[in-house]
Amino acid sequence: MGSSMTRGDIENLATDFYGLLESFKHAPLYHISFEIFLVLAVIWLVVFRKPRPIEKKLTEKEKQDLIDEWQPEPLVPSVDPNHPALNVRVLDGIVGKTVEIDGKKSLNFATFNFLNFVGNQRIADKAIQAVQKYGVGSCGPRGFYGTIDIHLELEERLARFFQCEEGIIYSYGFSTIASIIPAYSKRNDILFVDEGVHYAIQKGVEASRSHVKWFRHNDINDLERLLAEQEVLDKKIPKKARSIRRFLIIEGLYVNYGDICPLPRMVELKYKYKYRIFMDESVSFGTIGQAGRGVTEYYGIDRQKIDLISSTLEYAAGSIGGFAVGSSFVVDHQRLSAQGYCFSASLPPLLAAAAIEALNIMEEDNTLLFETIMEKSKRLHKKLLSIKGYIISGDEISPLKHIRLTHAFNTIGRLEEIVQFAQTRDITITVARYLNDEHLLPEPSIRLILNVEMTDEELEFLCAVLQEALVKVTT
Amino acid sequence: MVASSLQAGHVTTVHRHLTSKFHSNEEMGQTVFPLIDENLKKKNYKIGIENNNDDENLQHEEFEETPLYAAILTYLSYAILCLFGWLRDFLRQSHIETKRGAVDPNASLAFVPLYQSYESFYTRNMYTRVRDIFNRPIASVPGAQFELTERVSDDYNWTYRYTGKTISAINLGSYNYLGFAEKTGPCATNAINSIKTFGVANCNTRTEIGTQRYHVELEQLLADFLHVESSIAFGMGFATNSLNLPVLASKGDLILSDEMNHVSLILGIRLSGASYQTFAHNDMKDLEKKLRAAIVHGHPRTNRPWKKIIIVVEGIYSMEGSICRLPELIELKKKYKAYLYMDEAHSIGAMGKHGRGIVDYFGADTNDVDILMGTFTKSFASAGGYIAGKKSLIDYIRMNSHANTYASSMPAPVVQQIISSLRLLQGPEGKKRIYQLADNTRYFRQKLVDMGFIVYGNKNSPVVPMLIYMPARVTRFNREMLRRGIAVVTVGFPATKLLDARVRFCISAAHTRQMLDNALISIDEVGTEISLRYSTRHKSRRLREL
Repeated sequence: MGSSMTRGDIENLATDFYGLLESFKHAPLYHISFEIFLVLAVIWLVVFRKPRPIEKKLTEKEKQDLIDEWQPEPLVPSVDPNHPALNVRVLDGIVGKTVEIDGKKSLNFATFNFLNFVGNQRIADKAIQAVQKYGVGSCGPRGFYGTIDIHLELEERLARFFQCEEGIIYSYGFSTIASIIPAYSKRNDILFVDEGVHYAIQKGVEASRSHVKWFRHNDINDLERLLAEQEVLDKKIPKKARSIRRFLIIEGLYVNYGDICPLPRMVELKYKYKYRIFMDESVSFGTIGQAGRGVTEYYGIDRQKIDLISSTLEYAAGSIGGFAVGSSFVVDHQRLSAQGYCFSASLPPLLAAAAIEALNIMEEDNTLLFETIMEKSKRLHKKLLSIKGYIISGDEISPLKHIRLTHAFNTIGRLEEIVQFAQTRDITITVARYLNDEHLLPEPSIRLILNVEMTDEELEFLCAVLQEALVKVTT
Repeated sequence: MVASSLQAGHVTTVHRHLTSKFHSNEEMGQTVFPLIDENLKKKNYKIGIENNNDDENLQHEEFEETPLYAAILTYLSYAILCLFGWLRDFLRQSHIETKRGAVDPNASLAFVPLYQSYESFYTRNMYTRVRDIFNRPIASVPGAQFELTERVSDDYNWTYRYTGKTISAINLGSYNYLGFAEKTGPCATNAINSIKTFGVANCNTRTEIGTQRYHVELEQLLADFLHVESSIAFGMGFATNSLNLPVLASKGDLILSDEMNHVSLILGIRLSGASYQTFAHNDMKDLEKKLRAAIVHGHPRTNRPWKKIIIVVEGIYSMEGSICRLPELIELKKKYKAYLYMDEAHSIGAMGKHGRGIVDYFGADTNDVDILMGTFTKSFASAGGYIAGKKSLIDYIRMNSHANTYASSMPAPVVQQIISSLRLLQGPEGKKRIYQLADNTRYFRQKLVDMGFIVYGNKNSPVVPMLIYMPARVTRFNREMLRRGIAVVTVGFPATKLLDARVRFCISAAHTRQMLDNALISIDEVGTEISLRYSTRHKSRRLREL
């Protein structure tokens, strides 16, 4: 409008405005409501609706070009032919106290044959009888005619050996604990796990999708700290906290370190902070305790306080497979929920028969066998400590020890040299092998395993060879 | 109820000349298989194993739709079961009925309950009632005829009591496709000798001191058998999938898996960290659509292109009886530069002219399937699994596989059984077994379909699922068949979809024509008693009319 408005203009404006209002009064209702609706729509469009980004619609030709251009990576990256996994020692014959490699026999300090059941005549006979009755394979999962009466017998015997209510067996040692953990612990639950657990437990923890809280290896104070922190968090969400299950996952005797877990304190904390304990006793079954019942027997703790004990038949028992024992309430759940149990073929009956016979031997020998192995472990430990230049890792009663060179020296290359040298002197030992995606990759080491049948002279010989190897490597 | 007590007169006139002498289990191991009837060869059966070029015939599959009344009645059944479940739970809560089952030792100490009540609703109220049809223990070799241990429950399946007797039954449940589950014969003898030479187990991993010369021999033999460069064997079939898929795929890859894939494959895919999508079962159009979308759009959020795409399928799907469409898959994979992983757990040994699995069945080139996986539990009557392919692939798996580095190596008798059965498979004995299996499969399936039952899957697959739908009928069928001396496997929810409860027959080369006829007679009787003839595509007929 111009700088000033004349009186006449204002009058015209007022008349027009008055006319507008008059027309509103005479307009039909639908017209007015339609006008109001349009006004509101404009307001909404301007104020509330966010501008949508313009979507790129690709033409068919563009899509085809993308498809033609796309180049996938090769299925697997290139492989180093010198990798140790591709150059393993090939054995021949029974892998017992001695093992035959390239036609030469050597003393075996490498395989998990703690009680020397590999090659045992009684066990072999029972396995042969089982083949003559059942054939080799079981041809089905447990739910569909794969349950053979010998499986039920083995489960019962294991439960009886551990003085627990029920046992359950799996057909593969690795899958045992890896199937058990996801069967109980789900997405919202919390797992307190020792950092030094072995790979199968790590996979089980991963498969469960639960919240994981790692605590420093065998450090009970670190565990308490985590538990206290969790308690503080629980107080903030009391209702939800009542439905979050908590589990402590530990091993009795750690495969990667050779040391025993501080179980008594962990059981005390269990009743204070209300978590359940799942203990993996793969190495300690048949080696620790007066009757070979593991760490609970060693400490004198009531086994009912541990919710679930899982273990393997592949070490001391000299067979294949794994098992878990505990109260019926806990163990029975796995029969419908553990994937490695429900969806996999059952253990071949001959291996179950071998395990039953191994249990027979363990039960009838009751204390002698286990006293012997603990005694020899102590002796070996003392002898190894006397060799200067090695760091020995592991408890003195543990039949499994890790030896390393002093820190700066300790490389896989040097350890492999020691192993090769030992092989030339007819001692078979091995560098412990791990995959790179372990949660906490242990330092390189040689894993020494004691066979209960080793004599004192043989242990001396081992130490002498290790001493010689050290000299050879450090010069 | 012994099968042999049924009279020969029950067998119809049409097939009397095809009936072979009934073999007891003892004889089976010593003699060779019954002579294949010459008349059979003359008849104009389009036998898939001889007719590799007839693609349409090889892929012919039927999945008849669920009849409406069956669907309604099934939902109604589950609703009634739920109602009763709630009623019983209420009675237990108010202490009118005693709570059975084990009690938590930590219950009184304010621990968080280990199982949520609704999780075990199904177990308490539906599963336990019919628990006796699952987990039946056997007391003999799982051959074509076996002994079941008799167990009795006095308290509605909460606890069992073993009477000490055994029931003899025809085995239509075990995975014994080629009949190698024998306790006598060359395989068993070799296994026994291997125990004497090598002991029962090795107690160490393959990468440390656990590789024996028989492992090397097995892998070489397997590679030669499958016409591939190299192979690697593991001690457990389930673990072969779940521990090796994470080696092949990782974050940034895409996996396209069939919706009916086995739990082990799904676990392996999940553990690998790769993204995954499922495509409709055996639907190649859906797969192509998803492949195109994946390459064009890349990762859903970041739009970065995928590093690689792996298609995961199975050879024979164990619950459906269908066979993957290999020729189309190979075409798709070549067109879109994806990789193909085929799990031949059920099809190795059982399919194909030479028993080499689905690749052999379709006459395809083994180099086109990047990763061949299989198990030894089914056709070889042993235990374990394998992966086969190019040498670079297998070497990489050897270096990085979880199972190779951390799991104990396979024991001698198990490996020897595989080696013996592989060697037999490549000889004339093997050809006989393969032919017998194919013949048994076609005969059994044809008869079931002609009688008017709904049978899913490809007509050459030895896995024969027959639909029953209603939970009560499933249980009744199972118990009635056992009364007549036939042991079958019935599956319901949650192993299958809620509506599709079924009975799954596993045909074996060790089954004689007489055994199959006895089974068919029983199925005919029980099927009539509980009205299982749902099919609308095929006319319902009694066995005697065929």
